[in-house]
Amino acid sequence: MRLMPFLASAVITAGLVFTLNIQLKSGSSKTPRLGYFLSPQHGFWKNAEKINTDFNASLVANELKGDVDVYMDDRLVPHIYAEHDEDAYFVQGYLHAKFRLWQMDFQTRVASGRLSEIAGADKLSIDRFFRRLGMVYGAEKTEASINTTNPVMKATVDAYTAGVNAYIKQLSPEDLPFEFKLMNYAPEEWTPKKTYLFLMFMSYDLTGRSAAADLQLTNTRDYLGYDLFDKLYTNQQDSLDPIIPKGTAYSVPAITPLKPVGSDLAYLHKQDPNLAIKTSVSPEAPNKNNGSNNWAVSGTKTKSGRPILCSDPHLGLNLPSLWYEVQITTPTHSTYGASFPGSPAVIIGFNDSLAWGVTNAGRDVLDYYELKFKDSTQKEYWFNGTWQATSNRQEIIKVKDSADVVENIAMTNWGPAMFDAHYQNPQSKGRNLAVKWTAHDASTGVEAFYKLNRAKNIDDYLEAIALWKCPGQNFVVATKSGDIAIKQQGNFIARWDHQGDFIMPGFDTSYDWQGIIPMSENPFIKNPERGFVSSANQKPTDATYPYYLGTASSFPLYRGISVNKQLNAMTQITAQDMQAMQTSNYNVFAEMARPALMKFIKVDKLSTDAKRMVSSMTNWNLYNNEHETGITAFKVIWDSVEDAVWGDELAGSSIPLTKPESYILLEQMKRDSNFSVADDIRTKNKIETLQEQVMVGVENATKKLVALEKENKLEWSLYKATRVLHLTKIPALSRMNLPIGGGVNIINATSENHGPSWRMIVHLTDEIEAYGLYPGGQNGNPGSPYYDSFVDYWAAGKYYRLLFMAKEKLKANEHTKWHIQFKTA
Amino acid sequence: MKTSVSNSMKFLVTVLLSALAAYAVGIYGNLPWWSFVFTNILIAVAIPQKPIYAFLSGVLGIGLLWFSLAFIIDNQNQHILSTKVANVLPLHGSFVSLIILTTVVGALLGGLAALTGSYIRKA
Repeated sequence: MRLMPFLASAVITAGLVFTLNIQLKSGSSKTPRLGYFLSPQHGFWKNAEKINTDFNASLVANELKGDVDVYMDDRLVPHIYAEHDEDAYFVQGYLHAKFRLWQMDFQTRVASGRLSEIAGADKLSIDRFFRRLGMVYGAEKTEASINTTNPVMKATVDAYTAGVNAYIKQLSPEDLPFEFKLMNYAPEEWTPKKTYLFLMFMSYDLTGRSAAADLQLTNTRDYLGYDLFDKLYTNQQDSLDPIIPKGTAYSVPAITPLKPVGSDLAYLHKQDPNLAIKTSVSPEAPNKNNGSNNWAVSGTKTKSGRPILCSDPHLGLNLPSLWYEVQITTPTHSTYGASFPGSPAVIIGFNDSLAWGVTNAGRDVLDYYELKFKDSTQKEYWFNGTWQATSNRQEIIKVKDSADVVENIAMTNWGPAMFDAHYQNPQSKGRNLAVKWTAHDASTGVEAFYKLNRAKNIDDYLEAIALWKCPGQNFVVATKSGDIAIKQQGNFIARWDHQGDFIMPGFDTSYDWQGIIPMSENPFIKNPERGFVSSANQKPTDATYPYYLGTASSFPLYRGISVNKQLNAMTQITAQDMQAMQTSNYNVFAEMARPALMKFIKVDKLSTDAKRMVSSMTNWNLYNNEHETGITAFKVIWDSVEDAVWGDELAGSSIPLTKPESYILLEQMKRDSNFSVADDIRTKNKIETLQEQVMVGVENATKKLVALEKENKLEWSLYKATRVLHLTKIPALSRMNLPIGGGVNIINATSENHGPSWRMIVHLTDEIEAYGLYPGGQNGNPGSPYYDSFVDYWAAGKYYRLLFMAKEKLKANEHTKWHIQFKTA
Repeated sequence: MKTSVSNSMKFLVTVLLSALAAYAVGIYGNLPWWSFVFTNILIAVAIPQKPIYAFLSGVLGIGLLWFSLAFIIDNQNQHILSTKVANVLPLHGSFVSLIILTTVVGALLGGLAALTGSYIRKA
């Protein structure tokens, strides 16, 4: 009788199939379905791309109006030649999907609070945060507005969407991108809303820091009391070199915002120290170093007599990269540059008439208003002396292997009630806070870039960027005809001093925004005498600009000083000079801070090790180069001194407070050596001087430095450990420990996981001479040799010559390798 | 003597058939990855062998198939992806270990399926 062995082997076989077919728990995450994942005909092996893959193809698409030719160069950059604009965007969508589908899916999932759906309840806090911040709400408003008012943009985004979906539809299950297999889910149809969600995420990344900063500043102010707060977080920046040169005259402002009566007490809380802390910080905050450099030099300063434009946006360094290079040529325009997988058109680039680049404006466009609800149903809130009705916005979060979570968000005239009894940090019984953010308004950002792609001169450029509302950017431009200009553009709030730095009372209209600054009054300069325009996220203007710009901590000081100093000194500039400057590691902050620090260090009183570390710092050449050790000594010493000076003031708080920016201590050291905040308030009967605190800092730093020395990590690049992280943060899919210098406050702003995410240099000669690259590769597949093919070149500070030419010429170019034909049915 | 030749022929044919059938159902990405469990069961029912030989032919059939496919793909890819995956899975970045793991998973399941099939015939 063989029944028993039959049953036994059937059960074991079925059990094994079952086990290999489910995701097993592994620590805090889950394994892929191992059998599926390892199956050579289904799983990850199918994503292991042949080294010499042939990308030639011929495809038919019903959606096209005409045929489209795509030539791929040897870096896998597509050059799209279409007879119709919409066809070009269809093909751009198709190619984005072909090479970056998983990333497009993942990034829009993050933006729309849908991570839990694929990753489970662990991601709920991130999802709830984005839902309550109004990310979906804002994207819906943009979609509704474009659908009803802008047929050209609707057609553009629809064509792009159709292109993405044409790729998804022909995709067979075994060819799904690697990460879908790893995380065990499948792509869904692309929609225009996903494009708007992606752009919403960029608004968050570049202006969302206020969502955390406004709460932190409020807590810090409440903890310290206004007077001490004002001293520690001063908005004065002595060494500021603004975007618009100092001394430029501004016209009389169209709006004069009025500070509400009684706000010193009711809002700033002057004479009201040590209030109980009520609000906690949010779980998410975009990187505070999100910034960028851009500049353009006029023909008067270049060897060729033609302008050169440079742009390097500093963002999180990720694989697959945020950027995807593309050339788009149609009868209406021919444009090259970096595009966003997820959005049509080129975002930073050039066409045959001009080049443009962007840096973040850093202005505060997100505020919190405190609400008083009538009762726990949150159906009414107190506003202008009466109970006003809220409306309820329901957001349903699907959770993998668990029940749906429903967010009921009370909508007010300010915006969504982000924090309420249902959404608080556990450490606090918090306030009810509504969030008001310019990103909630319908966006016309797609059209701004659409027009910029086609702009021929400064007027076209101004007309295009007039459509740009959020996130506010510094748009630099240089034209073949010889003009250079820069404008800070976006919807900026006409604020009274300190309006929106802290949580504001939301009980009536007196704290409301009193207007958006007219575009004509946004900082702008064209063809200045000094022969260059530039920005590096510093304050756009000096103090004579008639509007309040926001807290100075939003505006890094030192890169701007470095950029302007170098550009002032240069003449006969070539594109190669600009490459050297864009990758320059000179540390202008250390140039100022080192002598200021040395004034307070009594070397003969230091321990032997400390003497050695201080001398390493003083012998350093001020360049944050890869192999320097002096910069590591400087950085650790400076940080420890800051901790010694500020630590006591901030130590007693149970929640994280904002540390004052580095310029505050540096400028204080330069101004006044009897800085009262230096006293350690924890020691009674003794007043510490700044000198004593500096000496404490140096000795503390020495302990850390000696430990680093033992680990062999004093060299700057080893200490800094720059990495380009895969979006899942899995190290095996990332590039770790890159050999690169730079850092915060440096033009080459490469810090741990952040820095120049696209470097571009455009020389506006008759035939455009352009260079560029980003730390990634054109193919998002970790199994492709093109996945990270630019990373080493990028780390070494090298550039690729960008191929920008007409079809016949490109077809014959030695770098052109493949042809993808799209035929209309 | 004659039986032993025909038995080893049978064994060889079963191994090849098992690999071929598994490859064929594997082409259809919409079918589950474990479809070869059924083809192996069917083959074991159709070509009766002693359970131990049925098991071994299943092991060899799927093992060889998965090994060859993984090996060829990996060489054409110059180990780019296998090295990464061998770090995602706890295999210390060894593409050799990953190919072995792939082979073992396929072989084991292929063998068990064939074994089950062989018992159906006898049950």
